[in-house]
Amino acid sequence: MAYPTDRKYTKEHEWIQASGTTATVGITDHAQESLGDIVFVELPKVGAELAAGKTFGTVESVKAVSDLYAPASGTVTETNGDLTASPEKVNTDPHGSWMVKIALKNAGELDSLLSAADYEKFVAEESGH
Amino acid sequence: MSSVETTPATATAVRKTALNAVHRQMGAKMVDFNGWDMPVEYPAAMGCGIINEHMAVRTGVGIFDVSHMGDIRLAGPKALDAVQHISMNDASRLAVGQAQYSALLYPQGTFVDDVIVHRLGEDEYLLVINAGTREKDFNWVRDNTRQFDCAVENLSDDFTQIAIQGPKGVEVLQKLTDADLSAVKFYWVTRGTICGLRDILIARTGYTAEDGFEIYIPADEATSARVWNEILNAGKEFGVVPCGLGARNTLRLEGKLPLYGHEISDTINVWEAGLDRFCKMEKTGFIGRAALEKAAPGVKRTLVGLEMVERGIARDGYKVLDDRGSEIGYVTSGSPAPFLKKNIALAYVPPEFAAVGTAVKVEIRGQSVGAQVVPTPFYKRPKKT
Repeated sequence: MAYPTDRKYTKEHEWIQASGTTATVGITDHAQESLGDIVFVELPKVGAELAAGKTFGTVESVKAVSDLYAPASGTVTETNGDLTASPEKVNTDPHGSWMVKIALKNAGELDSLLSAADYEKFVAEESGH
Repeated sequence: MSSVETTPATATAVRKTALNAVHRQMGAKMVDFNGWDMPVEYPAAMGCGIINEHMAVRTGVGIFDVSHMGDIRLAGPKALDAVQHISMNDASRLAVGQAQYSALLYPQGTFVDDVIVHRLGEDEYLLVINAGTREKDFNWVRDNTRQFDCAVENLSDDFTQIAIQGPKGVEVLQKLTDADLSAVKFYWVTRGTICGLRDILIARTGYTAEDGFEIYIPADEATSARVWNEILNAGKEFGVVPCGLGARNTLRLEGKLPLYGHEISDTINVWEAGLDRFCKMEKTGFIGRAALEKAAPGVKRTLVGLEMVERGIARDGYKVLDDRGSEIGYVTSGSPAPFLKKNIALAYVPPEFAAVGTAVKVEIRGQSVGAQVVPTPFYKRPKKT
């Protein structure tokens, strides 16, 4: 799986794509693959404050419950309501299925996140390949 | 994102079935289940995943490696007396070739394990037991049957057990055996040649609330892999898929089939679990009977089916609250139900909350989410036409 190079990644398997001072956040292909069939996505309300590294929502597969961790700090400006009705979209198009849009508090926070190449390496190491 | 498996892993040395390499080769996602390295689901790329596997069993056919299940054989002149003493159902009602759901009980009427008792011969019985309780069960059976003239053998490592489940299971297996499967009724067993292997035990049993078979073949890796693959090939025309423990759990939950450590355990008794119809109190002298007789009038909690009426998924261990927010019980098993397309759960609550239609709440991540008591089993397979 080639991970898009237009964004950054976390070791908790989220991606964040910044454009100026706003960014969209979702989970990676590896995340959806290891979760399996996703059946439930719970997102914060517009206006909620996200803190980098802290949980901001939940994604559930048939079998597992997983927390979502904020890749960067900021204020939620929009959530992807599509995923409430069709959570399986995260499986079919993980890198297109953004979950929240945030106004970044400090765009510099993204500098410490993983590049696509580094994330791919991290995933390979983590799964012992 | 950090994943929290709802089935906790244990720290003991991991055991493997003879099909372990086959599962890994197929790309199955493996988990530690009661100390066993088992497939939880197969890859989405091959049409699998828990939901697809579940649906295949409800509408077509799926196959499971259930070799982690244990097997205890009791044989000898007093085998029936021994089985009667340690199990709550009435094995004297079994004809040769018949099987029944039953349980091994502690003297206090709680569960050592639930089992399927098969009567294989005039004086020969086979108990099929759970993976996580293999050693405990065998020791229990051996220690509590010493007074009977019968041999107790642990055959758990002798078999690869493959379950062929779903309405098309009979057609798939019939292609591979000379045994007339149409003559084998649900919860009966026969013997026949399967994939060239002679005298194989074939039981019309399962843990999916669907029609199906479980076969017991020699446990060597080569034979196990060959039979597994031959079943998959024979099932191609019926859309067969390999299924993991994920689908096994959602299938059994829809059918309200109990899981040891969840709906039944050493602290839950037969009345609470609602398994009365498999417990034959008219049978004298079985272990647990006296305590059950005393416990009958005073049941403080009972197993109910819940359906979420608000958005949320109840999971194992979540609290059940009354409509004022007071804790009244807990979820034993909760999951999305892939065939019913609802979020369902089994839970222990006081009897006054057990009536169908009772509104309750499930506490999900600090929020009270609405649910109601519904009839069980959630799913019942359609009657054959």
